[in-house]
Amino acid sequence: MSVVFEKTQLLTDKQFHYCPGCNHGIIHRLVAESIDELVKEGKLEAGNVIGVAPVGCSVFAYDYFNCDMYEAAHGRAPAVATGIKRAKPDTLVFTYQGDGDLASIGTAEVVHAAHRGEKLVTIFVNNAIYGMTGGQMAPTTLVGQKTTTSPYGRDEAWCGAPIKMSEMLSQVPGSYYIERCAVNNNTNIIKCKKAIKKAMQYQLEGKGFCMIEVLSACPTNWGLNPVEALKWLEENMIPYYPLGVYKDKGAEQK
Amino acid sequence: MALTLMKGSEAIAEAAIRAGARFFFGYPITPQTEIPEYMSARMPEIGGCFLQAESEVAAINMVYGAAGTGMRVITSSSSPGVSLKQEGISYIAGAQLPCVILNVMRGGPGLGNIQASQGDYFQATKGGGNGDYHLLTYAPSSIQEVVDTMMFAYEKAEKYRIPVLFLLDGIIAQMMEPVEMPEMVEYKPTKEAKPWAAMGWKPGDDPAKRAVINSMYISTEELTDHTNVLQACYREIEKNEVMFENYRTEDAEIVLTAFGTVSRVARSAVDELREEGYKVGLFRPITVWPFPYDELKKAVNQPQVKAVLDIEVNEGQMLEDVNLAVSGARPVEFLGHCGSLFPTTEEVKARILAMLKEGK
Repeated sequence: MSVVFEKTQLLTDKQFHYCPGCNHGIIHRLVAESIDELVKEGKLEAGNVIGVAPVGCSVFAYDYFNCDMYEAAHGRAPAVATGIKRAKPDTLVFTYQGDGDLASIGTAEVVHAAHRGEKLVTIFVNNAIYGMTGGQMAPTTLVGQKTTTSPYGRDEAWCGAPIKMSEMLSQVPGSYYIERCAVNNNTNIIKCKKAIKKAMQYQLEGKGFCMIEVLSACPTNWGLNPVEALKWLEENMIPYYPLGVYKDKGAEQK
Repeated sequence: MALTLMKGSEAIAEAAIRAGARFFFGYPITPQTEIPEYMSARMPEIGGCFLQAESEVAAINMVYGAAGTGMRVITSSSSPGVSLKQEGISYIAGAQLPCVILNVMRGGPGLGNIQASQGDYFQATKGGGNGDYHLLTYAPSSIQEVVDTMMFAYEKAEKYRIPVLFLLDGIIAQMMEPVEMPEMVEYKPTKEAKPWAAMGWKPGDDPAKRAVINSMYISTEELTDHTNVLQACYREIEKNEVMFENYRTEDAEIVLTAFGTVSRVARSAVDELREEGYKVGLFRPITVWPFPYDELKKAVNQPQVKAVLDIEVNEGQMLEDVNLAVSGARPVEFLGHCGSLFPTTEEVKARILAMLKEGK
C-alpha cells in the first residue's frame, strides 16, 4: 500500500482550538506544508526555521507549528522577528499575524520591518474583525459592517475607511514581494500556497520583506454559518480587498 | 594597570562588548545617545550587530527576539524611552530571557528634562511593566564600577535567566574618568548551556527540547506554576546577589544613604566632616533590587548611630526602602530634589551639622 497523502510534519498533533469554519487551520497547513516542501527539496535545512506567533486568535500558533517558536506581544512580531533574523541570518523566519495585531497596534513594527527590507515572511490573516476578544471592530472592518464596537455598522465619517495593508506596504521601498490571497475555494487555496512558498523562497535567497495577506472567514463573529461566511467574504471582502500581486521585485527583474 | 581617560557612555558600551554583547538594538534619546553612536561604529568592527529601531517599543522586542536565540544582547535608553520599553521588559522577564538593559536616567515625569536624575527608582525596583517580576538592578556610582559590573552582568543574567538593569544617570554617561578596560570575552552560546534557546529543532527531535519563547500560560494552574518558578528565582537572587558598600559607618553617629552618582556627593561630605571630627558614614546600595535591607539595618542598629539621612535626586523613592530597613529604630530624614537639582556637598554637610546640633 503506498502513501498518497500524509499530514505535514511541520504541524504538531495538538488539536486546533479554532471555531468551525475558521480559515486559520487551512492557512496554518499551507505555511507548514511550504516549509516541509522546502526542506524536502533541499532548499532549507531541517530545523532551520523559527516562527513568531501574534496576539489574537492565532495566539497559540506556537503549539501548532512544529519548529522553534516565539510568542510576541500584540503587534510586535515583526520587531521580534527582526531580532531573531539579525541573530540568525541563515534561519527562515516568519511571523503569523491577524489584522488587529498587524494593521492596528503593530503598524509601526510592520511598516518599519518592510522599510528596512528585513528578510522576513509575514503571513497576514485578514478577517475584518477582532476574533479572540469576541468580534470588535478592526481597522479592516468594512464600512457598514456591524461588530460589538460598531453596533450601528462601521461609519466611515467617524472612524475612517478600512485600511488596505497590501497596497500600503507595496509602496514602502524595502518591501520585496506583497500578494493578497484568499482561501475561500480550492483555486484560491492553491494560489495562496504558491504565494507563501514563493515568499519563503525569496527569503532563502536573501531578498527583502515579503508579506502574504490572506482574506479569512470568521463565521462566529460575523454571525454566519461557515458556508454563508465564505459567500460573504466573496461578495464583500474581495471587492474591497482585491486579490493579486501588489509587488514582486523578483518578477520585475525577470 | 593601564588606565584610559574615557567618556562614561563610551566606556559602558565598550565594556558591554568586552563582556560578549554582540547585538545592540536602540533608539536615540538624550543623555545616552553616545551609547548607540559608539555601538554603531564598534559593532561592525567585531562582527556584531547594531540596529537603530523605529522606537524603544520595537528595540526591546528586537532584544526579545535576539536574546531568545541565546546571544548576548543589550539595549540602552533614558527615562521616557525606558517607559516605552516596559511592555517588552515584562515579556522578557516572563519568558525568562537573559539580557542587559541600560537606563541613563534623566528628569521626569513625562519629557521632564535632559539632565541627570534618579526619578526612575520606583519603576526599576517596584515593577515598571505588568505582573509579578523583578530585574536584577545595579546602581553603580563610577564609570569603573559600571565597567566592572558589566563583566559579570551577563553571567548573572544567564545563571538566573533574568534581565539585568543598570540604573545609571546622565552624569555617569556624560562625564570622563580614568578606566581600566577588561579583556575581551568571546561568547558562543550552546544548546547545552541554554537548552531553552531557539537554536534549531526539527520534527523527530525530542519534543521537550523544542524552544517556545513565551510569557503566556493560559490556565490558572500553569501560570501559578510558572510564577512560582520566577519567585523561587527571585528568592535565590535576594539570598546570593545583594551588593552594597559600608563607607566609614563602623563608628558613625549619622549614617547617610545614597545610590549612584549622588553617593559621591555624600562621600565627599563624609570625608570633609570626618576631617572636622564629626563621626559620619555612608551606606551605599549597589544592587537596588535586591535591596540590602538586612545590611542597612545592621549598619543603622549600631548603638552609636543617632539618625539616618537619605539623599536622592528625586522626592524620596529609595527612602521607602530605607524606612523599611530601619523600621523606626532611628529617625530617618530626607534630603533631595527632583528636577535634576543635585544636592551639593555644602548642602549635605549643613544638613548633617543641623541634625547633630538638634541632638539627633
